[in-house]
Amino acid sequence: MIEHVVDGAKATNQIGLTRADYRGVQSTLCPGCGHMSIANQIVNACYELNLVPEQVVKFSGIGCSSKSPTYFLGRSFGFNGLHGRMPSLATGASFADTSVEILAISGDGDTASIGMGQFKHCMRRNTPMVYIVENNGVYGLTKGQYSATTEQGIQLRKYGKTKFMPVDICLEALASNATFVARSFAGDPKQVKELIKAAIKHSGVAVLDIISPCVTFHNLETSLHSYVGGKGHEVPLHDIAYVPLLDEITVDDFETGTIKEVALHDGGHIVLKKLGEDYDPFSRAQAFHILEEAHRKNWLVTGLIYVDPDEKNLHDLFNLVDTPLNRLKEEHLRPPSDMIDVANQLMQ
Amino acid sequence: MEESIANAGVATSLGCSEVSREVVNDFSITFSTINGSGSATANLTIMRAIFKMGIPVSGKNIFPSNIKGLPTWFTIRLSKDGFLGYTEKSEIVVVMNPQTFARDLATVKPGGVIFYTDEYKGPIERGDVVAYPMPVKKLAKETDIPANLRDYIENVVYIGILAQMLGIDFERIYQAFETHFQGKKKAVDSNFEVVRRAAKWAEENLEKRDPYRVAPMNLTDGMILGSGNAAAALGSIFGGIQFSAWYPITPSSSIAESLNEYLPMFRKAADGKATYAVVQAEDEISAVGMTVGAGWAGLRAMTATSGPGLSLMAEYLGLAYYAEVPLVVWNVQRVGPSTGLPTRTAQGDVTFSYFISHGDTKYIILIPSTLKECFEFGWQSLDIAERFQTPVLVLSDLDLGMNYWISAPFEYPDRPMDRGKILWEEDLEKMIERCQGKWGRYLDVDGDGIPYRTVMGNRHPRSGYFARGTGHDDFGKYTELPEDWEKGMKRLALKFETARAVLPEPEIRTLQGAQIGIIAYGTTHDAVEEARYLLKKEGILTNYLRIRALPFSKEVSQFVERHQRVYVVELNFDGQMKQVLSAEMPMLAHKLRSVAKVDGMPFSAECIVRMLLSQEERP
Ligand SMILES: Cc1ncc(C[n+]2csc(CCOP(=O)(O)OP(=O)(O)O)c2C)c(N)n1
Ligand code: SF4
Ligand SMILES: [Mg+2]
Repeated sequence: MIEHVVDGAKATNQIGLTRADYRGVQSTLCPGCGHMSIANQIVNACYELNLVPEQVVKFSGIGCSSKSPTYFLGRSFGFNGLHGRMPSLATGASFADTSVEILAISGDGDTASIGMGQFKHCMRRNTPMVYIVENNGVYGLTKGQYSATTEQGIQLRKYGKTKFMPVDICLEALASNATFVARSFAGDPKQVKELIKAAIKHSGVAVLDIISPCVTFHNLETSLHSYVGGKGHEVPLHDIAYVPLLDEITVDDFETGTIKEVALHDGGHIVLKKLGEDYDPFSRAQAFHILEEAHRKNWLVTGLIYVDPDEKNLHDLFNLVDTPLNRLKEEHLRPPSDMIDVANQLMQ
Repeated sequence: MEESIANAGVATSLGCSEVSREVVNDFSITFSTINGSGSATANLTIMRAIFKMGIPVSGKNIFPSNIKGLPTWFTIRLSKDGFLGYTEKSEIVVVMNPQTFARDLATVKPGGVIFYTDEYKGPIERGDVVAYPMPVKKLAKETDIPANLRDYIENVVYIGILAQMLGIDFERIYQAFETHFQGKKKAVDSNFEVVRRAAKWAEENLEKRDPYRVAPMNLTDGMILGSGNAAAALGSIFGGIQFSAWYPITPSSSIAESLNEYLPMFRKAADGKATYAVVQAEDEISAVGMTVGAGWAGLRAMTATSGPGLSLMAEYLGLAYYAEVPLVVWNVQRVGPSTGLPTRTAQGDVTFSYFISHGDTKYIILIPSTLKECFEFGWQSLDIAERFQTPVLVLSDLDLGMNYWISAPFEYPDRPMDRGKILWEEDLEKMIERCQGKWGRYLDVDGDGIPYRTVMGNRHPRSGYFARGTGHDDFGKYTELPEDWEKGMKRLALKFETARAVLPEPEIRTLQGAQIGIIAYGTTHDAVEEARYLLKKEGILTNYLRIRALPFSKEVSQFVERHQRVYVVELNFDGQMKQVLSAEMPMLAHKLRSVAKVDGMPFSAECIVRMLLSQEERP
């Protein structure tokens, strides 16, 4: 990452913007909330990727997590939709201009309960967007009820022990044929940032299930959703970095077989550096397997769990004109006057 | 204002027709068949042939919620006077389903005719009906059509017998097949051959003993024949529709299906690429969510549904109302609550559609009555939605959407597309200059309640804003201040008032000296016009106002004011439009009387007359 510093002025990125240009309004989340650390990494990722803020569009549902889009990318368009029904909103809007990057924020309640249907259909359509689930295993905004991702047997302050088995968002995404599935932990900001960058550069839907502790309602050490529990049980699959087109990758690592590369459509690469066991993110079978193993062993497994960079995305299937649809003019949209006869001919 | 009673654009002679032995071009034929047997082709062919003979005609399907096996009815009404509304009984009934013979026989008008499959061997217990047995099985077998198509061919057989007995022009039947089979000559010829043989059989074996006959006219020259849903799709296409998401539900599905069929014909760019997208969503919540997203992002967006789907759309419509997002929702009404009678028609969603969603919401509603209006409201709704940045609901119903209507032809939109107050980069720059640097998404710059909007993809550094359902100020910023909330609601109300004056105005038809008013809307129109004709014969003169949009323009209250009493005719149980009218003009509510019913069937003129007269008799 090259930062330009001119005459003691603030550092800028390659398109001349400062980090402040990627920030939003003052957060109203509780101090220490995991959602804010994710918001900060979104700012960093977009800054480092040299994204034009106007070229990013934010969507969210309802929840503390879904409030957070106002805390980053203040210059970008955004739409705070309905609880659990953000995916449809983003999908419809995405057709208007397929050149923008869609950054969608949801919570575990928003996605895995009320929004499960839209979430899964959004996956199977391979809608080009980054879909971040800020997963705290609790309903923050409505003050501490258990969510569908709360582990079984966890004691919540007002609501007693959770009775049911949790939903695993990555498993649901995989089962719905998502083309980019990753898990991360708000307490691991570097990994969060690199995954966000890779997700933005992925051409289809990219799901990031980021464990994001709710310090107010659900920060028990016994839960993987807490800072301490998460840190203690994190099992990263690899070291991950997004490398843009022009940056070079050192050859040594390739030769020793410690590096795996995922070529993305923009010419950049996701570089995965081996940590322990060999892990193949192109294999759905391995992905299911690791999630199952993590569940049994109570691991917070993080990293790029699955990726298919080549699958056609939603827009590819519609053969749209090159001009963004929302910039088309009357002459492109209204058939010429002689076509009225054709219309009348159809009604005979 | 027009001094007349008129129907389907066909001028009506207000005098009584000469009574003669022969009944020419003034009767109904009901076909009683079995769902899924392929009778639709036969029924449409007869209807089209009559249309092509220049005779005003309509076709109504009364079908069960079933795919195969249950009884289904199709009624063709032909009327030299252009009265094409629903009739409770038919002069001619064609029975292909032996199981329903007794019930069908009871629906024949006195002096009428029954054609029936000779599989029915029972008695014919009505002396006032002429009965013709038809050996459809035998005639179907005699053709060289493959055995698996015989059920279908039995229906083609009755085309031939009816054509022979009623005098339907064979050349027109041939043309109707050409239309149906889209010029596929082999299909046309083989079907036509069956018709010929059946006609020959009828000529040799049946002696005409009834007075009903068709004869060519020239009243349908230049007119069109089709269903409201197809017209809605075509209208939307001429309105530049760019996005539609939908979820299948009778009776609205054929809007989306027609979009899929027609968009490639009308809207491919020169390079063969698409300027639109139609997405089948996973449910109506998603369908409307996508449509709201598309409308917000600057696409002309529409979804189509019916009552149960509209119920699921309630929350998103409220968000779109408050965040000021343009979109169009076609609600093709059916009988509810719940699944109700899913294949029957009603106007039962008036109050629900007008006020749908929580909080203080209200919507612009358009109500078409004809094919031509389905087309016009197809494109106008997209203009109105963008102009007022709000959801527009179009209230059609099963009768209009799925049945067959004739109408004056579609006309090319008479004005350029209205994209409303949308600002791209340069426009925004000028706006900022005009307002001395002050710019906000929800600022009422013009004092009409309608703010300016930017959409995603705009590269101007001040174009972006965060749309939300939470309280926001003129600049789209979050606020919980009471005065900000109230200010926003007041502006939305002002916007609604601004709309009132520019929506499609009501259509008013008067008769000299009339003291009684009728208000109706949508598909009751044909029956109302015929009822006025029947009432006139009884010496009761009526004026008629047809509502085409909500909120009402001032003409509506003026109309009520001018009359001693006003009957509000509508196809629902509670008299919903009367409720809305009473709420909007409480001082005049005492003049309103309800002619409301819902039983799954459209209104017939006779029924309106009955219900109206029963209230006239009361002091
Ligand atoms: C239709 C609807 N039902 C219920 C709510 C109330 N509600 C708001 S946020 C929320 C839960 C949010 O939980 P989650 O998505 O996990 O977000 P978090 O606050 O934990 O980040 C609920 C139930 C709502 N806004 N809309
Ligand atoms: S309640 Fe929990 S989720 Fe919400 S802001 Fe506070 S810490 Fe974050
Ligand atoms: Mg949560």
